Amino acid sequence: MTAAADVPAPTPAAAGEASRTRPPRTRRNTELALLLAAMAIVAIYLAVVEANVLAAGADEGITVTSDFWMPAAVLTVVFVALHVVVRYRARYADPALLPSVALLNGLGVGYLRRLDLSDTPVAERASLTTFAGAGGRQLAWTLAAVVGAAVLLLVVRDHRVVSRYAYTLGLTGIVLVMLPAILPRRFSEINGAKLWIILPGVGQIQPGEFAKLLLVSFFAYYLVRKREVLSLASRRFLGIDFPRGRDLGPVVAVWALSLMVLVFEKDLGTALLFFGMFVVTLYIATERVSWLIIGVLLFFGGATLAYSLGGTLGGPFANFYQRVQIWQDPFADPNDRGYQLVQSLLGLGTGGLFGAGPGGGEPGIVPLAHSDFVIAGLGEEIGLFGLTALLVVYLLIVERGIRAGLQVRDSFGKLLAGGLSFTLGLQVFVIVGGVSKLIPLTGQTTPFLSAGGSSLMANWLLVAMLLRISDAARRPAGMPAGPLQVGGAPMQLQGAPTEVLR
Amino acid sequence: MNAPLRRAGVVVMILFGLLFVNLNWVQAYKADDYRNSDYNGRVQLAEYKRQRGAIQTRNGKVLATSKATQDELKYLRTYPAGEAYTPVVGYKPVNLAETGIERAEDDYLAGTSDLLFADRIREMFGRESSGGNVILTISARAQETAFNQLRNNNVGAKKGAVVALDPTTGAIQALVSMPSFDPNPLVSHDTKAAQAEYNRLNADPDKPLLNRALSETYPPGSTFKVIDSAAALESDINPDTVLPGGSSYLPPQAGRPIGNAPGVNCPSTLSLERALTISCNTFFSRLCVDKLSAERIKAEAKDFGFEDEDLTVGQLNGEGSQVAASRTGDMLRPDGEQDPALLAQSCIGQSDVRMTPLQGALIAATVANDGLQMRPYLVHQLKGPDLTTVHYTAAPRRERQPISDDTAGQLRQMMESVVRNGTGRRAQISGYTVGGKTGTAENGNGAPDHGWFIGYVLKDGKPISAVCVFLERAGSGGSSEAARIAGRVMAAVIADRGGD
Repeated sequence: MTAAADVPAPTPAAAGEASRTRPPRTRRNTELALLLAAMAIVAIYLAVVEANVLAAGADEGITVTSDFWMPAAVLTVVFVALHVVVRYRARYADPALLPSVALLNGLGVGYLRRLDLSDTPVAERASLTTFAGAGGRQLAWTLAAVVGAAVLLLVVRDHRVVSRYAYTLGLTGIVLVMLPAILPRRFSEINGAKLWIILPGVGQIQPGEFAKLLLVSFFAYYLVRKREVLSLASRRFLGIDFPRGRDLGPVVAVWALSLMVLVFEKDLGTALLFFGMFVVTLYIATERVSWLIIGVLLFFGGATLAYSLGGTLGGPFANFYQRVQIWQDPFADPNDRGYQLVQSLLGLGTGGLFGAGPGGGEPGIVPLAHSDFVIAGLGEEIGLFGLTALLVVYLLIVERGIRAGLQVRDSFGKLLAGGLSFTLGLQVFVIVGGVSKLIPLTGQTTPFLSAGGSSLMANWLLVAMLLRISDAARRPAGMPAGPLQVGGAPMQLQGAPTEVLR
Repeated sequence: MNAPLRRAGVVVMILFGLLFVNLNWVQAYKADDYRNSDYNGRVQLAEYKRQRGAIQTRNGKVLATSKATQDELKYLRTYPAGEAYTPVVGYKPVNLAETGIERAEDDYLAGTSDLLFADRIREMFGRESSGGNVILTISARAQETAFNQLRNNNVGAKKGAVVALDPTTGAIQALVSMPSFDPNPLVSHDTKAAQAEYNRLNADPDKPLLNRALSETYPPGSTFKVIDSAAALESDINPDTVLPGGSSYLPPQAGRPIGNAPGVNCPSTLSLERALTISCNTFFSRLCVDKLSAERIKAEAKDFGFEDEDLTVGQLNGEGSQVAASRTGDMLRPDGEQDPALLAQSCIGQSDVRMTPLQGALIAATVANDGLQMRPYLVHQLKGPDLTTVHYTAAPRRERQPISDDTAGQLRQMMESVVRNGTGRRAQISGYTVGGKTGTAENGNGAPDHGWFIGYVLKDGKPISAVCVFLERAGSGGSSEAARIAGRVMAAVIADRGGD
């Protein structure tokens, strides 16, 4: 950890660049090239979709409309604009992040458009406009989400600023998590999961998606402050250092919060996500394996308890019990309770190794093909190989985020980057594992692919944060980080002697 | 903090590793199971991507074809010939179970049969092709005559069946079940409407979904006397043998005497031929009890095809619609001893004797064909999508020979007397030799009697057609009306063959 800038400059990046004769490589052109390549893939995907879907209604010949590339073009404009923001406001940011996310987002839009096409009467398919249907809405949401990401990059010049508002963010996060549980069903429940805030006539948001970001920020701040006491004060038992009882408080509180989510919001996925997120940031902060062990034991203990309570008592635990039962044998009740999972597995299996080709399958057969079961629909059409490639893109994003955490010099940044990246990875695991019967199915969105503004917006904000941290991480020592005004709060960001206050 | 951060990265990799392993399991190892699962709706969508082959009569009348649509399911099955052919063709619905030839020849019609392997290879190179075509033995004229005559019968029967077949080959010329139904609503791509129509038909008290020609059995009444006669003729009795008849007969141990049908004036002694001609119940009951036995009658019926549980009509290799086994019952007391009263009843086609209309036609056909029973079949040919490649042509097959050539000749002599002088007069066709036997079967509890006629038509000693007409609960005059309809159906077969 070396000292950072000592001169706060109004336009730090530009000033820093000017003062250097041999600036380090920003790799912004690499990012642009990768981004354009990603958009080319999206355009090809759109073309193949049209060729396959429109061929179904046509007599012969190739049937790609002349404006098949329109969604890809709109996306390219949007993402290149974000690239420009990154170029000027986070110029050292990791060049692989934006193109990877853009590729996923673009394929998501293309896939939703593909579902729209097959839902449209054959005669009208060729004239489906760019902004029509779920694909069009997703395109609009992408625009909004990218604007959100750009604003975050423009406003938050240094990720450490976030720690100033940690308690506010944390409290807001908890409120957002709990709100759907408290609200009456008609304002919070869709498809059996109380995860929503529904404004009748206006729309709905999934607050958990945003809470995830806020809570990670809070955890990072809290743990940076507490890491010393959590990691040093301990009792040794069976060769492993265990924390003192009184230090367990916050862990138990988060555990209780996630169990509450599990029980009252009927959502194992979000519960697992929150808890995993917390345990992992705790582990990263304290470097204590014991926290991982405690966390895993607590979660599985809680889940087992909820399962057995669901089997005997029913009530609020019944939903979880039922999901586990379906997971154990979806074909036991293939037309009713097991229907979703059965159809998902049949879709994936039908795709096989190579898939039916974009537009060549029948993803509409799988229920919730727009949201929870995107992977099943995509998996049918792009096959095992395509799906593997898609997951590798996710893995790339996660590992790049973790790398930003490894490289960044302050503890808060490390925890934030590590927590955000891990959460993203865990969410992908929970939903992909759910639809492929690796774990019990839960109603999670697939980041960047599922239809829905909340998820898209939250995940783009997450990526913007990773971009911001990776920018700080890759920025050469001595380059100014930006106008920092981290004052007032009683902070001790251990391991971050680089903090420059005022 | 970097070490645990790295480990967190490794944990994510492990989690993704689990996903990869599991996806390999789902998409590679289990892929075929899932792809062909009964719950996989894609199987059906794929089925509707290829045009299903047509079902036609030998003369080229199209009974089932598939038309291109603008739906998700690319082809709609249609049955242009309507309800007359439903008992033969069946139907191929979207979600419900298929029936008839549509079921029996499903693979070939859908194009997935191994016989069409070459067409599938060609399809891989971009040539869209359809499924194979099935050519039936049905004579359109006979089928429609049978359907219309049965529907417009003069005795007001609402239910019934007609089967006509070529005695020399077993090729089915007509197969009608009444009431029938239009199969087109059942194959609608609107699966809810199709299900509603199915439910409606299924709830109909007249049970139109039943195939009365093949899958239902009824008491055969006096038509069973042909079996008695065959058994008698094979045991040193001839058509001229005079035996006792009378107006009433009380078999040993019986509580109720056997009488004759109203209007049948049966003398105290008469010849076998005369007894069959006027359908004398007392004669045949006595014959069975005094000269024959339960074992003899059961064996004779079995020789003619009763108790056969494996018969199907479709191709000759055993694929096709299942035919219900006709039964004689055991004709014994519950303790296993002989029961002359039951035997006397069984010999006039009552008690536990049950017969399908197809079995009735087979009895007549066997007599017409010198005692040789040919296996009945419906599929004449399978022709490829191009309608030139022939993948299968029926080669008529002997099923069994229950009676000798001589016995068959004697039976023909007796059955022709029935049509010439007796109860079956209305089946006569001028210029042709027609033989047959009527039947009136009591139906228990005072319900109207069933009317039957089984018969055949010869030209210059060569059999042309054998027919069974069954009128359920036809009441008085039923068997006579059945004979009339049989005559019309046989005449239609003759007309279809060019009057040879």
